[in-house]
Amino acid sequence: MEAKIKEMIKSVKKGDQSAYEDIVSFYQSKVYAICYRMIGNSHEAEDLAQEAFIRAYVNIHSFDEKKKFSTWLYRIATNLTIDRIRKKKPDFYLDAEVRGTDGLDMYSQLPAEQALPEEEVESLEIQTVIQQEIMNLPAKYRSVIALRFVDELPLAEISEILDIPVGTVKTRIHRGREALRKRLRHV
Amino acid sequence: MSCDKHIVNLMHNYLDGDLTKQEEQQLRSHLQTCQACQKHFHELKRTLSLLKGNSDIQAPTNFTASVMSNLPKERKRVSYSRWFKAHPALTAAAIFFVLMFGGIFSAWDQDNQLSYPKGKNLVIKDDTVIVPEGVVVDGDLVVKNGDLKIDGSVNGDVVIINGDHLMASAGNISGEIEQVNQVFDWIWYHIKDITKSVFAFTNK
Repeated sequence: MEAKIKEMIKSVKKGDQSAYEDIVSFYQSKVYAICYRMIGNSHEAEDLAQEAFIRAYVNIHSFDEKKKFSTWLYRIATNLTIDRIRKKKPDFYLDAEVRGTDGLDMYSQLPAEQALPEEEVESLEIQTVIQQEIMNLPAKYRSVIALRFVDELPLAEISEILDIPVGTVKTRIHRGREALRKRLRHV
Repeated sequence: MSCDKHIVNLMHNYLDGDLTKQEEQQLRSHLQTCQACQKHFHELKRTLSLLKGNSDIQAPTNFTASVMSNLPKERKRVSYSRWFKAHPALTAAAIFFVLMFGGIFSAWDQDNQLSYPKGKNLVIKDDTVIVPEGVVVDGDLVVKNGDLKIDGSVNGDVVIINGDHLMASAGNISGEIEQVNQVFDWIWYHIKDITKSVFAFTNK
């Protein structure tokens, strides 16, 4: 697959846009999952993942073909997401009054809890709980955790993607895992 | 419990697949004796399986299509070159025509100046070339971008490009008169000219 990707990148570099489509569909879920793990919101994750692919396409000429494409792509995605997290401020508060209503707040806009099949609720809940716990970690831990557990990347590659020493990656994974252990103990 | 931090480190290194045989042995023997560490280790493994078990996050449908539609437009040059690669014969024909007609067109466009053969006793008056009475022009007469009025006589063919032949009663031309006023005439004239010279060449 790696060789096939290399071929496709060559065509993209020559300007063949259609070759990029296969690259996107091959990596889309990984990039999306990494963004999602870091930002914790599916809309924003989609937005960021799209932006990452577009940036990769625009800057494809600066990609060194001797290196692994996924490393380069994940680096773009994580950098974009880290930037977004830094800039992010709360957009709205649930208890702010909705304009044009008489004293209604955002809580009233939330859908009533629907009855779902039990299993679905359970898996959904676990998903949500895990993501919530990840979101409680500082951003720098989140990026390491996302890369480590979405694509099971080796530490050396994570260190290259995030541009931090392997030792630091190791420490962050250990601490992140320890923190999650404590939080997920009762799930 | 207050086991050595060292043991917890070993656990993490183990989970990262980063442990020597010796260290692994050390961890194993400790876990067999220490309940607390066993629990700790178990919890870590469970955390991992939770994280990995939920990593089947899929990109939304239409993700690829939406990326592709948001890419900057492919450079025109590239889509042309792809088309050219697919149709080599048409490309060759197209290049031939572009070069050939391009050359002729540019020759048509370039000189809007009146041009006529010099040194043949011709009179010029407001973009009109006049062969005065009593003057005999030997050989062909080519006038570009101007009218021609023949009062004398011409011993040969007359070609008027982008101009009119003003008829005069006494005009006397021994050869043919040809008037070229439109681009297509101009091209036609060229083609005829080329074929003529080719035949003239082969006849020699």
